[in-house]
Amino acid sequence: MEEEKFATIIVGAGPAGSTAAYLLAKEGLDVLLIEKGATPGSKNMFGGRMYSHALHKIIPNFWEEAPVERPVVKETITMMNGSRSVSMDFQEVKWGTPPYHSLTLLRADFDAWLAAKAEEAGAMVACGIRVDDLIRENGRVVGIQAGEDRMLADVVIAADGVNSLIAQKAGLGKKFSPKQVATGIKQVIQLSEETISQRFQLSGNQGAAQLFVGDCTKGMHGGGFLYTNKSSISLGLVVTAGALQHSQYKIIDLMEDFKENPHIAPLIEGGEIVEHSAHLVPEAGLNMMPQLFGDGILVAGDAAGFVLNLGYIVRGVDFAIASGEAAAKAVLAARANNNFSRQGLSTYQQLLKESFVMKELVAYRQAPQFMANPRMFTSYPQLVTGLMGKMFTVDGGPPVRLLGKVFSQIKQSKIGLTQLAVDGLKGARLL
Amino acid sequence: MKRMSIEQLLGINKFAVDDDEAHIILKKDICAACMDKPCTFACPAGLYTEKDGEISFDYAGCLECGTCRTVCPKEGAISWQYPRGGFGINFRYG
Ligand SMILES: Cc1cc2nc3c(=O)[nH]c(=O)nc-3n(C[C@H](O)[C@H](O)[C@H](O)COP(=O)(O)OP(=O)(O)OC[C@H]3O[C@@H](n4cnc5c(N)ncnc54)[C@H](O)[C@@H]3O)c2cc1C
Ligand code: SF4
Ligand code: SF4
Repeated sequence: MEEEKFATIIVGAGPAGSTAAYLLAKEGLDVLLIEKGATPGSKNMFGGRMYSHALHKIIPNFWEEAPVERPVVKETITMMNGSRSVSMDFQEVKWGTPPYHSLTLLRADFDAWLAAKAEEAGAMVACGIRVDDLIRENGRVVGIQAGEDRMLADVVIAADGVNSLIAQKAGLGKKFSPKQVATGIKQVIQLSEETISQRFQLSGNQGAAQLFVGDCTKGMHGGGFLYTNKSSISLGLVVTAGALQHSQYKIIDLMEDFKENPHIAPLIEGGEIVEHSAHLVPEAGLNMMPQLFGDGILVAGDAAGFVLNLGYIVRGVDFAIASGEAAAKAVLAARANNNFSRQGLSTYQQLLKESFVMKELVAYRQAPQFMANPRMFTSYPQLVTGLMGKMFTVDGGPPVRLLGKVFSQIKQSKIGLTQLAVDGLKGARLL
Repeated sequence: MKRMSIEQLLGINKFAVDDDEAHIILKKDICAACMDKPCTFACPAGLYTEKDGEISFDYAGCLECGTCRTVCPKEGAISWQYPRGGFGINFRYG
């Protein structure tokens, strides 16, 4: 069979791959975007919101045409311990108007839209095809193999997500350890638009995001999340695979327990589950980053480990989009010099360094280790909920002043004052 | 909200099951020597079950997350890949 040759072949129509395909097609390049799912997005899930800045830069005012759900105007962090919970709310009304700071999304729709933008710009989108291997010539990547089909390209971009088999096949990525990734489990719960707005005290189409820490993961490293879509709620848990490796709890039971939790149940009452999904999150950031480029190949998005999890913020989609953009620019630079070797593609590294992608990953380099501190998921939620419990309980018992309550609670938590101070300082420094 | 069994939950999802090719294959003799069997706790589709010390596995409800491949402590026990193009889970929401 005659082998087709493209300027660029991109593996994976997630946000990273579709962005790269869109930008290269716009420059008139022959681009092939290959996706194993029957449609782009049919294999993808995430927690629920995208920070808009990265895509706004590429497709200004994208929200006017993209299938987005609600702009988030309200952030809540909730610590839970048994019957008690303590929440901290933050609201920014301005985020409800353009340029929306962040938007909740459902990936099946959104990813399909972004891939369609690439197609509109002239990229060829081939779905239902699993890339099995890379074709090499003199050690250089020159194409891909999918079943019996072979397709050639000047450059291949591996945008194939967290389990990047392609980066591994290229010898750029290693198999990650269970401590470096987390399993996300999620259910989409349908509820009427009005019910959601009322329950979360939102006006119009405004949205809410909520994170949970404490006994929803039974003290395991991880937490819960909730995002309001137009007429559904995305609810789920994220637990490090390393913790699951030694767990006494099944993650599927944790999820059902979570929905029954007295602090969650009223939020989803009357809803109907319409999907149960799961996916891995690359959590270790720079510590799990593969080599980002080789002869004839670039690695972008989750495949490169580009996710930032600070506990109170989870970001991957804007990193995927920006790294897809950098990959596209690197391909254009390599074309200008007609040099697709490792050295010819090295602009990629430089572009990433100059963008928020590397700047933020480097700045928060130690956050993953700090977040792995087990006190975060047990002692602190206990301490805070216990303290609030003492403050607000009136039972006719002998009076204890606030400071006394604080000290007795800290003593009970067994954290120790020095530890508390050290953790507090560390957190303030690293996050 | 009523608690749901994993079978009920997977029943809501849309799958295009590849009857001709399993994308995940276990070497059960290796599993027999595995003490904790973390796959039975960690799989978000509950596809790994243990009965009388023997593991049983069904690839049909796989959500393609990759957790089992990561938590498995025994080299070579799981041969893991994505389903063939077009097959497997089809998220309608995600
Ligand atoms: C539970 C959870 C919660 C999250 N919450 C958030 C959040 O709220 N906000 C946020 O910004 N980020 C969040 N993230 C992270 C975010 O989802 C990812 O960072 C982002 O999706 C990465 O995009 P990507 O394009 O690199 O990869 P993906 O979106 O994973 O896309 C990869 C694509 O490649 C395809 N593919 C893979 N292998 C092959 C192959 N061999 N052949 C053909 N196609 C292939 C896949 O089918 C897929 O379509 C979350 C992640 C998880 C798991
Ligand atoms: S963890 Fe691995 S070796 Fe152990 S039972 Fe599961 S698949 Fe087999
Ligand atoms: S990939 Fe995920 S859903 Fe599929 S069997 Fe493994 S752990 Fe279960």
